[in-house]
Amino acid sequence: MSVEQAVVGAPEEDGAKTTPRHVSRSVTLTIGCVLVGVIVIVAVVSLFWVPFAPEDTSGRRLMPPGLPHLLGTDKLGRDLLTQLMIGARIALAAGAGSVLLGGVIGISAGLAAGFATRWLDDVVSALLDILIAFPTLLLAMLVAATQAASLTSAIVAIGLAMSAIVARLTRVLVKRVLAQDFITASRTSGTSWPRVVIEHVLPNIWPTLSVNLALQFGLAVLAEASLSYLGLGAPPPNASWGRMLQEAQASVFIAPVGVIAPGVLIVVLVIGVNLIADGFRDVADPTRRRRR
Amino acid sequence: MTAYLLRRTAFLVVSLLLAAAVLFLLLRLLPGDPANSLLSVGATPDQIEAARHQIGTDRPLPEQFVSWLGQLATFDLGESFVSTLPVGPEIAARLVVTVPLTLLSFVLAVVVAVPVGFVAAHKANTWYGSILSGVSQLGIAVPVFWVGMLLITVFSLSLRVLPAGGFPQDDWADPAKALTSLTLPVITVALVMSASLIRYVRSATLDVLGSDYLRTSRALGSSFARAMWRHGLRNAVVPVISILGIELASTFLGAVVVESVFALPGLGGMLVKGLAQHDYPVIQGILFVSTLVVLVIGFVADLVQRLIDPRLRHSLARDAR
Repeated sequence: MSVEQAVVGAPEEDGAKTTPRHVSRSVTLTIGCVLVGVIVIVAVVSLFWVPFAPEDTSGRRLMPPGLPHLLGTDKLGRDLLTQLMIGARIALAAGAGSVLLGGVIGISAGLAAGFATRWLDDVVSALLDILIAFPTLLLAMLVAATQAASLTSAIVAIGLAMSAIVARLTRVLVKRVLAQDFITASRTSGTSWPRVVIEHVLPNIWPTLSVNLALQFGLAVLAEASLSYLGLGAPPPNASWGRMLQEAQASVFIAPVGVIAPGVLIVVLVIGVNLIADGFRDVADPTRRRRR
Repeated sequence: MTAYLLRRTAFLVVSLLLAAAVLFLLLRLLPGDPANSLLSVGATPDQIEAARHQIGTDRPLPEQFVSWLGQLATFDLGESFVSTLPVGPEIAARLVVTVPLTLLSFVLAVVVAVPVGFVAAHKANTWYGSILSGVSQLGIAVPVFWVGMLLITVFSLSLRVLPAGGFPQDDWADPAKALTSLTLPVITVALVMSASLIRYVRSATLDVLGSDYLRTSRALGSSFARAMWRHGLRNAVVPVISILGIELASTFLGAVVVESVFALPGLGGMLVKGLAQHDYPVIQGILFVSTLVVLVIGFVADLVQRLIDPRLRHSLARDAR
């Protein structure tokens, strides 16, 4: 339980002494929302309009920024801005898909383990510990190895690996809530277990869980970029930021934009998500007051 | 302690068996027949059958699993489909690069992160405290391979002071040469690792700084340094140790990606090549060895934690995993 708690418990926000707390909190959230918002808008726009077709190789190779290619072209003459915009879509899809998959499986498994009898709980916990020892990236490589590399295989792999982490956190949180008196009271007054879960357990564990899921979103984006960099992500002509970086690596001096831009966008998205998680933690969890 | 050691060892062994089972099942249950990687396009059914027989995938699953476990027990990881060389010795040869890379990065990350994290917490309300926190926030959002690419660009291609990649053919015969090739990869991994480590150290330090026992000690006349040394350090180090175990494990894995950036002949390079060639024994072997390393690190971290924290040692409660 140490990992998640440490992750969730790592405080990152400390305004200056004179700044009132609610101001610094909203700053964190606002910056996070702006950063993520920019990426989301770019991704949405890319659904309807991109400057060039993604597979259009008519441009000259490795052109510097200018007209008509605003950010220049890559080594095959494709428009960099177009690729970056489509990459935003892929990064968001990877993050959202993995979190959705990992969240649904992880929370269900964690709830089951939290309610289970002791020996079953022990077995599930041990299994989860082992799955967690099985690192995300290696698991993702395993899935990618047996299937053709694609965005879906990357999402499935990252989501599965994530589900073990989410499940372990959920289990700990559920156990903690179930030990409370109001659960006993609710049960005594005749509430069924499913209703207890929906009305009492989930609302109580959700704040911590959602912060963790937001952090996992950022980790999933990074994992997808790594997989794509290694050639195990979305295949061409889909432009994943990770693969763009890999392709641009050799021509860093001729076309530095190709090496800088995708990396900067990854950092912007991940920092944005992390800031939202930090800000949301303070809003959602009133017990986590600022350290003395 | 002995009872705990026995229980923890039993858990380690069971974990390893389960990990082997998970690995085996994942590779077998996912679509795609390992035999296909032995064959060229348009192989006849007879050839497919022969290939299956050759690598044993025509036998029932339990039988395959037991024979694989038997192999593992004798440290036999099978032979590569592609090169037909045994996988075990090749992994051992590759570890000569990966293990030093991991350990050096880890040590560097700890050496950087502990003082920085402490200052970031102690001086949280100053401008440089905020900057340190901000930088660590940035550090956990950066893809490790991108850091490697940028470092290569600056130090190898522009300044030409360090090699961009590769490793001496004769491994560590010339330690200075080997260390030079590892410099940039080590800095890359350490930079990213220290960012997340700084956050944990900072968090642990903040807990200690706000504690009643530290205030009491100061009220009784200890200097800040003495109170930190006698009371603060011992308390702060416990959560950090458990994180260190996890960090060491993820350093080992971060190395896998970084090795590709720097074209190092380590475990990572071998794995990526094995994946590209669908070389199942290689993939299976590397994943098993990696899991083994990660589990053993967790085992050691738990023991160290017990040794330094008397509360854990003496508690009668069930050990919280």
